[in-house]
Amino acid sequence: MAQIQDDGGAPKKGGKKRAKRAMPHIDMTPMVDLAFLLLTFFVMTSTFSKAKVMSLVYPAKPDPKEIIDPKKAEINNAVTFLLSENRIFYYEGAFYPQNNAKGKPATQLLEADFGAGKTGVRSLLGKLNRFVLQKKQGYDEKLKTKQIADTTWARLMREAKSDNEALKVLIKTDELATCKNFIDLVDELTIASIGVIAPVDLMASEQELIKAKIK
Amino acid sequence: MAQVSKPKGSPSIDMTPMVDLAFLLVTFFMLSANFRSDEIVQVDTPSSISERLIPEKTIMVTVDKGGRVFFGMSEKEDVKTKVLGYMMDKYKFKLTQKQVETFGTLTDFGCAVNELPAYLDLPSEGRQEFVAKGKTLGIPTDSTNNQLKDWIFYGNIAALASGEEKYFDAKAKGLVVEVNDYKPKFVLKADGKSVYLHAKKVVDIFRDLNLNNLNFITSMEADPRN
Repeated sequence: MAQIQDDGGAPKKGGKKRAKRAMPHIDMTPMVDLAFLLLTFFVMTSTFSKAKVMSLVYPAKPDPKEIIDPKKAEINNAVTFLLSENRIFYYEGAFYPQNNAKGKPATQLLEADFGAGKTGVRSLLGKLNRFVLQKKQGYDEKLKTKQIADTTWARLMREAKSDNEALKVLIKTDELATCKNFIDLVDELTIASIGVIAPVDLMASEQELIKAKIK
Repeated sequence: MAQVSKPKGSPSIDMTPMVDLAFLLVTFFMLSANFRSDEIVQVDTPSSISERLIPEKTIMVTVDKGGRVFFGMSEKEDVKTKVLGYMMDKYKFKLTQKQVETFGTLTDFGCAVNELPAYLDLPSEGRQEFVAKGKTLGIPTDSTNNQLKDWIFYGNIAALASGEEKYFDAKAKGLVVEVNDYKPKFVLKADGKSVYLHAKKVVDIFRDLNLNNLNFITSMEADPRN
């Protein structure tokens, strides 16, 4: 067996005693100084996490020559959010002004908030977008138990989101709403798996309603 | 009584492990660092749950708290100077060679074209002060003098051209390439406290140019679903 034989550490007799030579001593202080200086510099200047982005696809600007078919433009399952400074209002379906020709009751604004409570946008969207969220739950379950692949999951989710039954959301902002409000709302919509998000312009009549509410 | 003998001279400490550690950390930070770019304004972005990283190739418009607009590109100097050249042709102004070179080094900038020569002559800190003290109103976005639209338009053209070149270079080398990676992405960095209408104005300019896919820069926030 390849082994190094040693004599069990027994003191050697008659061996030459070598004079213990002291290690040459190097003063490391300047090097340490430099090392820490560099360290501090890199700690201070480096940014670790790359910035994150939230992607949003805006609807293409309509061609002015194109005539919009009013039947196509009609949205059947929509909710419109109206943002003001740190406040959020909404109404479901189409907008009906006071004394409209169709004789429908005028649209009333309801208020929600950004909290996670009962009046929050999250629980509201959870109710309104039940169709997609329930489907998502089923797909998630299947994905977990490996009944479907994740590509299938993504396709099924896309289909569910673009289904006619799925909730469509319009976002309108008044001149007081901040970017934070807007991003927060889009965030909530992402959480609620909303497929169609359309940031659109505020109508004057809606502006009036918001003004009346804020007062 | 036994006396405690005082050690003579300074005790020597073995610093080797400390030095090892210090250099290890230095190496780590050196390799992992990507430097904070020299941005002209500090913007406090709102938070979102999005986990998407910012794309490599971007054309970025910054909107600060007061609604001033700044323009930046994540491109090499030659691309930036090319964009500047297009703008000089369109707005009929002239810059010295040195000013053009300075422009190439900027991460982003924000002033009207007639302010550009003076702006570029300033030192780096001077430019930040110029902006911070409100001596400029940012890039004009007015419908009668929409300079931002031209910056984005020409920036897009130049970035696409350089991206195309790089794409074919990579393809010639036999790499697996995705065309989309070589196209510029449009990024909007808006201050959370800024009124959305300011950001909307920029969004509308992008949409006028038929660039509808925008990315808002946000900081991270925990996803409540997990």
